[in-house]
Amino acid sequence: MDKVTKTELDNVVVRFSGDSGDGMQLTGTLFSNLSAILGNEISTFPDFPSEIRAPQGTLGGVSGFQVHLGSSKVYTPGDDPDVLVVMNPAALKVNAKFIKKGGVIIFDADTFDKSGFEKAGFKTENPFEELNISDTIQLIPAPLSTLTQASLDGMGFDNKTVLRSKNMFALGLICWLFNRPIDQAIHFLTNKFGKKPTILHANIKVLTDGFNFGNNLHLTVSTYFVERSHETPKGKYTSISGNKATAWGLIAASQKAGLQLFLGSYPITPATDIMHELTARKDMGVKVVQAEDEIAGITSAIGASFAGSLAATNTSGPGLALKSEAIGLAVMAELPLVVIDVMRGGPSTGLPTKTEQTDLLQALYGRNGESPAVVMAAGTPDDCFHYAFMASKIALEHMTPVILLTDAFIGNGTSLWKLPTLAELPEIKPNYVKPDMTDYKVTSRDEKTNVRYWSVPGVEGFAHRNGGLEKDYYTGAISTDPENHQKMVDTREAKINYISNVIPELKIEGDSSADLLVIGWGGTQGHLMSAVSSLNKKGNKVALANFNYINPLPKNTVELIQQYKKVVVCELNSGQFATFLRSKVPAVEFLQYNKVQGQPFTATELEEHFVTLLK
Amino acid sequence: METTETIKIQYTAKDFKSDQYVRWCPGCGDFAVLSSLQKVMADLGIAPHKTAVISGIGCSSRLPYYTSSYGFHTIHGRGAAIATGVKVANPELTVWQITGDGDCLAIGGNHFIHSVRRNMDINVLLFNNQIYGLTKGQYSPTTKKGFVTKSSPFGTVERPFRPAELTMGARGTFFGRLLDVDLKTAQMTIMAGAKHNGTSVIECLVNCVIFNDGAHGWLAERENRADRTIVLEHGKKMIFGKDGNKGLVLKGLNLKVVTIGENGVTENDILVHDATCEDTTLHLKLALMEGPEMPIAMGVIRDVVEESYDAAVEAQIAEVQAKSKIKTFDELIDSLEQWEM
Repeated sequence: MDKVTKTELDNVVVRFSGDSGDGMQLTGTLFSNLSAILGNEISTFPDFPSEIRAPQGTLGGVSGFQVHLGSSKVYTPGDDPDVLVVMNPAALKVNAKFIKKGGVIIFDADTFDKSGFEKAGFKTENPFEELNISDTIQLIPAPLSTLTQASLDGMGFDNKTVLRSKNMFALGLICWLFNRPIDQAIHFLTNKFGKKPTILHANIKVLTDGFNFGNNLHLTVSTYFVERSHETPKGKYTSISGNKATAWGLIAASQKAGLQLFLGSYPITPATDIMHELTARKDMGVKVVQAEDEIAGITSAIGASFAGSLAATNTSGPGLALKSEAIGLAVMAELPLVVIDVMRGGPSTGLPTKTEQTDLLQALYGRNGESPAVVMAAGTPDDCFHYAFMASKIALEHMTPVILLTDAFIGNGTSLWKLPTLAELPEIKPNYVKPDMTDYKVTSRDEKTNVRYWSVPGVEGFAHRNGGLEKDYYTGAISTDPENHQKMVDTREAKINYISNVIPELKIEGDSSADLLVIGWGGTQGHLMSAVSSLNKKGNKVALANFNYINPLPKNTVELIQQYKKVVVCELNSGQFATFLRSKVPAVEFLQYNKVQGQPFTATELEEHFVTLLK
Repeated sequence: METTETIKIQYTAKDFKSDQYVRWCPGCGDFAVLSSLQKVMADLGIAPHKTAVISGIGCSSRLPYYTSSYGFHTIHGRGAAIATGVKVANPELTVWQITGDGDCLAIGGNHFIHSVRRNMDINVLLFNNQIYGLTKGQYSPTTKKGFVTKSSPFGTVERPFRPAELTMGARGTFFGRLLDVDLKTAQMTIMAGAKHNGTSVIECLVNCVIFNDGAHGWLAERENRADRTIVLEHGKKMIFGKDGNKGLVLKGLNLKVVTIGENGVTENDILVHDATCEDTTLHLKLALMEGPEMPIAMGVIRDVVEESYDAAVEAQIAEVQAKSKIKTFDELIDSLEQWEM
């Protein structure tokens, strides 16, 4: 056997790419999980087309899954891959421009034939030359289809089933390339396919053969080794997607508050996984109504809230537009409600599977009347748990709708999540009526916080009529009195503003004497952290403020931002948060860095831009 | 008086009245439905605080303000979806949905058919005056074709919905009909709807004195009402008329009015009403009868037993929880694939 060199890396990015039916998501998930078990930091991101099954081998059907492994904190799924696994020429064509110089491409040589080239639109029979990458990369050709067929020969599977296992061959090969023992992958497969022993057996066989194929490759390819991370706090971890974390944050909040959880929902990409997670949790007593439309999704949740549940609805941009009027009802009726918007590319149907931050102004202002609501945003996949929990806590304790913004990038992406226990989570104390309260009205409220007291149907002595018409501040009866309306508008506004007293202050990463303050919000957090920490390591003085609470803003926002000479707001829209900040901090000149391509930032492009601002 | 026995509290209609002044126009048919509802609520013996009245927008949707129970006056058309959330969240509440022909069948049409399809255990009072009252007189989805309104100065060119047809098309398990001026039938029908397990759709034919006065006048006329309507009761002969001698029989696939004692027709020939029959054919025929040839059907036309959505949700949760090893949040977390770092 040839001597194979072993390169130790601080972090590495691997992208799996193939037809949407090639099982790339599963392969990527298994690889990232087993790397995490071996002590690596991980961050992943799936990138799939909106077509469920586009014609095989064509550019439109290419689906990908990227994994970033690190021996220290990784903030993002990485920019360009060090290793690219492609199952056909189309996948090569789509991804070629991203591969790093000196990177490795593993490809299924069986699909690199005339018909494959034609489907991918190659003009010659040497795609690597045609793409002008043949000199800068290392190639590992592996006839995956043939090898998988050989591996399963005589086991009685039909050809279709056999070929569906070739992703396991690729996984075995990758495990070899990264010096990963395959035991852990076998353990995962056993959990997944335990009830189908023949499929399990086939997958393990192909996986093992893939690993051995790599081991016996007489190629001078460098294999990789990523040391375990020592920065990660000790504890039990799992890998979790933002959507799953959001669902579980709601469950945790309902358990903590001692309330039943209700979700009213209508399927919409990329938010539907939240419903899938919750409807599976009947063991936790979660009630999910798959409604007839987006409006019924939120209005059934408002009904459940009226009846005393922790109620939520989940959606994406077009659905949020449909829910606007109902959010106004929750504002007017002062009922707790969590609205989750997993943002995607817009307007209209837009780019359903792609990420964007273009719903911020809709969340803040997209309603009739003076209609203040709490707006928050989660920054990373695992963060979604915390902010879904906090959104619920604020909704219940302050009797208001809370809009939680996540996005396709963090919703579908995964990161490591340190497992919580219920005991360590903060208390949730809804603002219930007190049993000894006399003369309760629907508008009775805490004078300091302006929070209305919640009386839930079924309790004697507190029956009341709520609704969307303006109410008299004192009696709760419907009222069109001009001064009363002003008072009620002011009260609802003051109630939301008061919340700035209970949310954490804004924290700035980096020192207060930095030459540049980078501002972001929500799901761009990882890329901004990467870029800023890389610049700081190189001796530049850059600080970062990442916002999770947007309305109300943290109390110290104005004071902190005004300390910096140069401030740039980076967002995946045309400048919505910058516009909002200008209205709140008029003394500061906000520069903008924007991208609206349906894709996350890359840390590299951010870093390059910040360098120009530092000059 | 003190008693050691637990007795069922006897309520009166007054116990279900709120302190709010009722702001409907004098002579509005809605008053009759409100008082019939309050009488039924009292007779049901369910406490006001165990009752939730949910409405959308429109004249009739003001009703929750006039009852002493928990109430929620929401947004246009969404009453059915909000009532769905209330009932699923707390199935122990008795839930009423108050809606009108515009609220329920135009802007709220989608929510209406789906709550009926799911068989939510809610009681729907559908106030049908065939007009938009609160916005001052536009035609509604139930306005008769050709009718002149503010939004149809040359007469509507639209074909109206027939609520019974829509309800049964959505696989409704209960359909009843009442007329504002017939309190006895109104109370009987509302009571039957309240006792029905599932969505009870009760079409309340109400008069709008301002914008559509006399829409139901033909059947409301006291002296002719007995001849122009038939009050259906399960298990009873379909007999009606001032003299109690008219009846319904089947001729071929159609219903026909006959007179007992004429042409050899005897009482034995008259159909017996079966509200519990799953097949909708005859129920539809009855519900869609129109004058002047046929009487308009009142009372309980359809009342079929089927599991309600909210009961099915409870049952499924109980079943999963009985089997599941996961009882707490911490156990749920423990069930995840996890590793030490």
